[in-house]
Amino acid sequence: MASSSSSEGEGRRAWVPLASRPEFAGVTPLPQDDGPSPVVAIAYRDDFRETMDYFRSLYSSRELSPRSLLLTSLAISVNPANYTVWHFRRQVLEALGADWTEELEFTEGVAKRNAKNYQLWHHRRWVAEKLGPDAASRELEFTRKIFCLDAKNYHAWSHRQWVLQALGGWEDELDYCAQLLEEDVFNNSAWNQRYFVITKSPSLGGLNAMRDSEVDYAIEAIHANPENESPWRYLRGLYNDENEAWLNDSRVHSACLRVLKAKRNFKFALSTLLDLLGLGFKPNQEIKDAITSLRTSDLGEAGSDSDLANSICSILGLEDPMRANYWTWRKQQASSSS
Amino acid sequence: MPIGIAASFRFAGPRKEKKKKLGGARMEPPPPPPPPSGTTVTQRDQWTVEQEVGRIYSFFAQLPPAAQSFALEVQRDNHIEYLTRGLRGLAPSFGSLDASRPWICYWIIHSLALLGEPIDAELEESIIDFLSRCQDPSGGYGGGPGQLPHLATTYAAVNSLITLGGSRSLSSINRDKVHNFLRQMKQPSGGFRMHDGGEIDVRACYTAISVASTLNILDDELAEKVGDFILSCQTYEGGIAGEPGSEAHGGYTFCGLATMILINEADRLDLSRLIDWVVFRQGVECGFQGRVNKLVDGCYSFWQGGACALLQKLHPFGLSEGGEDESTDSIDSSLYAASNVSEQEEQENNLESASPQVDGTCQFKQGGPQSASCSENTGNASYNFHERCAEGGSLFNSSALQQYILLCSQLPEGGFRDKPGKFRDFYHTCYCLSGLTVCQYSQSKHADSPPLPWDVVGPYSNLLEPIHPLHNVVLSKYQEANEFFRVASGFVHL
Repeated sequence: MASSSSSEGEGRRAWVPLASRPEFAGVTPLPQDDGPSPVVAIAYRDDFRETMDYFRSLYSSRELSPRSLLLTSLAISVNPANYTVWHFRRQVLEALGADWTEELEFTEGVAKRNAKNYQLWHHRRWVAEKLGPDAASRELEFTRKIFCLDAKNYHAWSHRQWVLQALGGWEDELDYCAQLLEEDVFNNSAWNQRYFVITKSPSLGGLNAMRDSEVDYAIEAIHANPENESPWRYLRGLYNDENEAWLNDSRVHSACLRVLKAKRNFKFALSTLLDLLGLGFKPNQEIKDAITSLRTSDLGEAGSDSDLANSICSILGLEDPMRANYWTWRKQQASSSS
Repeated sequence: MPIGIAASFRFAGPRKEKKKKLGGARMEPPPPPPPPSGTTVTQRDQWTVEQEVGRIYSFFAQLPPAAQSFALEVQRDNHIEYLTRGLRGLAPSFGSLDASRPWICYWIIHSLALLGEPIDAELEESIIDFLSRCQDPSGGYGGGPGQLPHLATTYAAVNSLITLGGSRSLSSINRDKVHNFLRQMKQPSGGFRMHDGGEIDVRACYTAISVASTLNILDDELAEKVGDFILSCQTYEGGIAGEPGSEAHGGYTFCGLATMILINEADRLDLSRLIDWVVFRQGVECGFQGRVNKLVDGCYSFWQGGACALLQKLHPFGLSEGGEDESTDSIDSSLYAASNVSEQEEQENNLESASPQVDGTCQFKQGGPQSASCSENTGNASYNFHERCAEGGSLFNSSALQQYILLCSQLPEGGFRDKPGKFRDFYHTCYCLSGLTVCQYSQSKHADSPPLPWDVVGPYSNLLEPIHPLHNVVLSKYQEANEFFRVASGFVHL
């Protein structure tokens, strides 16, 4: 979301005022019209103010020239979030017939300092689209580099998904997800990407074809770290609206049972069983016993079958007090539907 | 190695543990242990934050009651000073926000309004004048004078002007031109571009629809297929992403949900999965995270807390037919221990689920864009929405969230921050305060009744102004604007 973190000035090379530069001869800088009593007035640095005054001038006269292109580079370096500048840059590039590969390099320079900037990524998408499928591998490589520094960069993931869908390059994507999850099995962005790949990749056959192996994959991750929310949600997502299939996949409730028996980090296991019960799941005695054995003496006697959901909600109310109201509400839902 | 043992944050007021009588009242906390080995980046980062937050809560726990009270106070004067100074002028480093100045206005003006602090007439004039200069002749507001109009800055400018209130402020908005701008940004897919040639995402949908609604210009054309687009952004996790396929994210979840409500299509979402995702975003730190396995951040107090507040009003399983199950669960004392306000410890808690009060004001007018008088109905979607009552307490842990906001995000010298170790800024100040008011009003059974003392963590003077939960403007200001723009429409049609 819009962030108001303020970036400090970039590396200070010696600033040559634009007024002294021959390439901008004849340009009359246009000051910003903030009015007589400005508010939220920024005490612009001299280089910033001058750059933007020159930008305003060329922008208002709609000059689509090489020096305009240069000016947008300068303006972007003082404020990479100025979407008007990026927009004008695109107009200039189209008018001049740009070298799109060079333009990619330009954005890479900006990305080094501002990997979380909306305008940068939007521009990059626009350029890559101009280049077409040939750009796919470079874009995938570019986002990979970003992920080395921040494996959860939201813009980068959106970009990567767009690249795959618009330009291709799916072949190694599942492997890439597996690699990221090897490095950090808690990386929810990687799990999300995995879901994206198995559902959308033209070379994999879709969710139905992939479901079986993915269930095993998710369950393995669950048992390695039952407190990891990502594979639990992923597992649920594999069945999406296929409630019958989800209820009948014994691997799911077996996984829950195994976690319950270990008696630690079991809140997602209980929550999953609660969801299953809500859809008509009939638990076996082993599961019922495992749940009952988690009840502490505070909760009193275990009830009958139809109270199992009730029991789960009570246990969760104690084990997961942050969500006490939610578990109360789930308990109401369970009893009003039975 | 277990990370984030919740017990460490259940520091209990009444438990007489660890009252070490050292020489001074202040205890120097021991240095935090290093993160355990063999852990991933996510685990290490999470560990570090939990240590920081844990130290703050532990320190708080051993303070004498008077000091605890003070620590939980909203530092009104200092916040007001920080905000007002920003309104007048900003340091050079704010150059990075030079294309977001209406946002800075909104963050500050809305924060001041939440604190109940009026803005002097002269400053108001200047703000109205400045925002007018950000208004593009062909419609919409840009990030500064002469900048391309942009949906986000349009949203910020309109909300700022609504918050200022008064006919001069409201009439400075050229509704017809804004309408034109919105129509130009509308895409065949149903979504909106943020600006000419700009990105299409759920934020754009929200800013467009919210503005259209508040200005009473929301029509079939603008609302068409927005629901389809947002629906395609609900992910397998249950939350909503910025674009189809991306990760479920708190900011986009609020935007998507609010938009769906505004166009009367919230029931198309998988609400139970959405609720499940969002309630699990509140962690041991007591604040909200934006995504699964990411770090807590004060701003999500609003995006996620606000989404919970909206969901509470939606009755996802249908309005109950009277005679609701009254399971009055016993007070979870550890829960209230976590809120740790000595004066609240003895209070009866408010968690029991009462029978929902089904009365006129709670009825939600169905209708939507297909109905004859479209803008009348869609205007109503917003106008009546805030009147819907939450059923039996808040979906999220209101007192825990308030605790995070006040103890971890609030800076005593003024302003709020993401988390300990980060700097304050106006964005976080705005959204932490917005989250705080959401908490305070989240358990109100009736739209017109003020929060009870135990709904407010810290002294009751912490109480902020209530907001309209869909638009995040102070409710009274929204109501004034709603009336103004309804009359404005009527006048046009005469």
